[in-house]
Amino acid sequence: MDVLLDNLDLFGPFFLTTIELFLIAGACSLVLGTILAMLRVSPVPMLRAIGTTYVTVLRNTPLTLVFAFLVFAYPLLDIVKIDYFPTAAVALTIYTSAFICEVVRSGINTVPIGQAEAGRALGLSSGQILGGIVLPQALRSVVPPLVSMLIALLKNTTIASGFSVAEAGAIRQYVSERGDNQMIALLWVALGFIILVSVLSLVQRSLEKRWSVAR
Amino acid sequence: MRIRTLAAALLAGGLLLTACGKEGTPAGSGGDANTNAAALPTYEVAKDVKLDGSPVFTKIKSAGTITIGVKDDQPELGQKDPKTGKFQGFDIEIARMVAAGLGFGEDKIKYTTVDSAAREQAISNGQVDLYVGTYTISDKRKKLVSFGGPYFQAGQDLLVRKDDTSITGPETLKGKKVCSVTGSTPIQRVREQKLTDQIVEFQKYSQCVEKLQTKDVDAVTTDDAILKGYAAQDPDSFKVVGKPFSKEPYGIGLNKDDKVLRDKIDDLLQAAETNGTWKKIYDATLGKSGAPATPPAIERY
Amino acid sequence: MSTVLFDTPGPKARMRHRIYAVLGILVVAALIAFVIYRFIDSGQFSGRKWEWLQYSQVQSDLATAVLATVKAFALGAVLAIVFGAVFAAGRLSDHAWVRGFCTFIVEFFRAIPLLILMFLFYYGLPTLGVDTSPLFAVVLGLTLYNGSVLAEVFRAGIQSLPKGQSEAAYALGMRKTQVMFTVLLPQALRAMLPTIISQLVVLLKDTALGFLVTYPELLYYARYIGSQGDFGRPIVPSTIVAAAIYIAMCLLLTALATYLERRNRRSKKHIDTGAKDAADLTAAATGGLRGGPF
Repeated sequence: MDVLLDNLDLFGPFFLTTIELFLIAGACSLVLGTILAMLRVSPVPMLRAIGTTYVTVLRNTPLTLVFAFLVFAYPLLDIVKIDYFPTAAVALTIYTSAFICEVVRSGINTVPIGQAEAGRALGLSSGQILGGIVLPQALRSVVPPLVSMLIALLKNTTIASGFSVAEAGAIRQYVSERGDNQMIALLWVALGFIILVSVLSLVQRSLEKRWSVAR
Repeated sequence: MRIRTLAAALLAGGLLLTACGKEGTPAGSGGDANTNAAALPTYEVAKDVKLDGSPVFTKIKSAGTITIGVKDDQPELGQKDPKTGKFQGFDIEIARMVAAGLGFGEDKIKYTTVDSAAREQAISNGQVDLYVGTYTISDKRKKLVSFGGPYFQAGQDLLVRKDDTSITGPETLKGKKVCSVTGSTPIQRVREQKLTDQIVEFQKYSQCVEKLQTKDVDAVTTDDAILKGYAAQDPDSFKVVGKPFSKEPYGIGLNKDDKVLRDKIDDLLQAAETNGTWKKIYDATLGKSGAPATPPAIERY
Repeated sequence: MSTVLFDTPGPKARMRHRIYAVLGILVVAALIAFVIYRFIDSGQFSGRKWEWLQYSQVQSDLATAVLATVKAFALGAVLAIVFGAVFAAGRLSDHAWVRGFCTFIVEFFRAIPLLILMFLFYYGLPTLGVDTSPLFAVVLGLTLYNGSVLAEVFRAGIQSLPKGQSEAAYALGMRKTQVMFTVLLPQALRAMLPTIISQLVVLLKDTALGFLVTYPELLYYARYIGSQGDFGRPIVPSTIVAAAIYIAMCLLLTALATYLERRNRRSKKHIDTGAKDAADLTAAATGGLRGGPF
């Protein structure tokens, strides 16, 4: 208990940063993931190829390497300097969106073909079909895996602690240097994450109830 | 099929890049750690060393090897040469010297890399017999392990670019970007004393030094011993400011209750300090950074 | 060829697609050229930054590091599958206390970041007197975490099997445990193979976290090389090489999976568990489990 109270100046702000990072990266990766899914199912072969390459590369690279590239290789390109927190958000976004793309894509596959055919019969363009008919239904049917992705994102934010973002993953190092018991600190951090994950699970359950699809 | 071709393409690409790497002129900058400016001293392996009452010594004597915990990524201090796999540096030499004094030649030493946070556990559960790796003596640590030495008096300092004259000490850091390892004592000190509000933290000092070179940070802060190593590698690019603002005495960590061994180690260190071996070791490693140092007084307890 | 969403492209559309293709290739090529140009400018492709690859010690150490990664992966994969099977069976048990216990364990380990789990084992267990080598901490962390995820995958797999399988087994007089382990689990394994393999890819990538507990695997070695001043601190080149190796390993694993799946479909033991939609949805529901990607 002392470990928590003595180091409250660490636990509070660091977890806050974790939550901030999660919210920003989560929102952006949902958007980017959906765009990528649209690329992957588009009729234009070039767009499909771009989408597939992006997803294949990012799904098979460890997140730490994605971070390393952005933190050390990107500044060498000398385009626009990005600070460390935004860099972490970008890294998490581009990584998670690859997985969200796959989930949304499998969601698109569950929408009955008849929906798209009806849209075509009405003379809608592919963009309109995708955006107005297919995607809303697809997203509703994949709420559980989407929320699971977001929970994974929440836990992945700890990687950012190795790249100059003062968030929950860094707590252990601070506490150990201060001479306090690391094990207790780690247990408190684990508890913090369990609480956050439970919140997300509750959100998932309520969304499922509201949007459950009767087929 | 597509996956296989992609994998094959990646492997081929990797090999191609290797070929690319062989061309071009190496843009070297001073750091040639193989040829030492001064020569390293050789140590005479003591024979028939007897230390009654030392459980650790009994153990290593019967095992025939001594396991020493070290660092492997601190240049000129505790470093593993990737070309040969051999350990080298100031701490390593001190370790070699002590081991020789205990009767163990180079071939009987087993070096193990131990993470900073796990040092106390590694020593107390016998995973390593001694630990020589920028191990600062502190009262909190003395509750778990004991220390021989100190064998080097380090202090928190700053590493800056060679041509940077604006940073001369901790008070000139306002508005500058300072880098160190996540959660390390030096960076916590910077935070507490509010020396600057632009703090950057990475997992390795070398990453900080790299950012220093690309002008993304203005100063790297940690113990001056570590900084001197980086300066020694690139004396044309970096310099240590030279105004330490803390006291970090480095000691040899060993089992908490083994007073006999501790006394023996203190004797060996004292001898090295008086007969010039210490200075020879320093000049051949950290001394290459151009900064002088004096051996500290041994604290026996 | 008409897909779900779009009609077959007519001649004008095909022309447009061809133009997009050419434009797209030009844009991508320009981007890559820009990146390479900038890298060369900042000296990342200079010989000095890549000479580390030439040394035989470096090459053999790199190979050792890759082997360490594969070793941790192999141990973790086998143990995780076993753990997952046992706890999936536990969650479907008839006894409430077994169910509750297994559910708690699975939910608990899925909620903690793998990083924290590995730290807990490596730094925490020694304070309790248990000697932990980095390998032990890494494999234990991987097993518990991925095993919990796989438990959910197996559970979904078992529940997607036709009821007739278990009914027939019971009719033959088999006991619950026998039914679970000889009839249901093997089929569930085969049915959920794609999801299982993708989780194993995640496991392979998760071994990269071992560098934080000083387990000498590939990322640890890449970091170490990147920090060597002798080689000019080749952070970017070492990262590129490490990324290429990881991608190659993961792709090979996925290729293995696809091959096994294809063989599986032709095998007599395979049961078609209904429409592709259902399998897709189950895969989606479990493929990105609360702990899915690393």
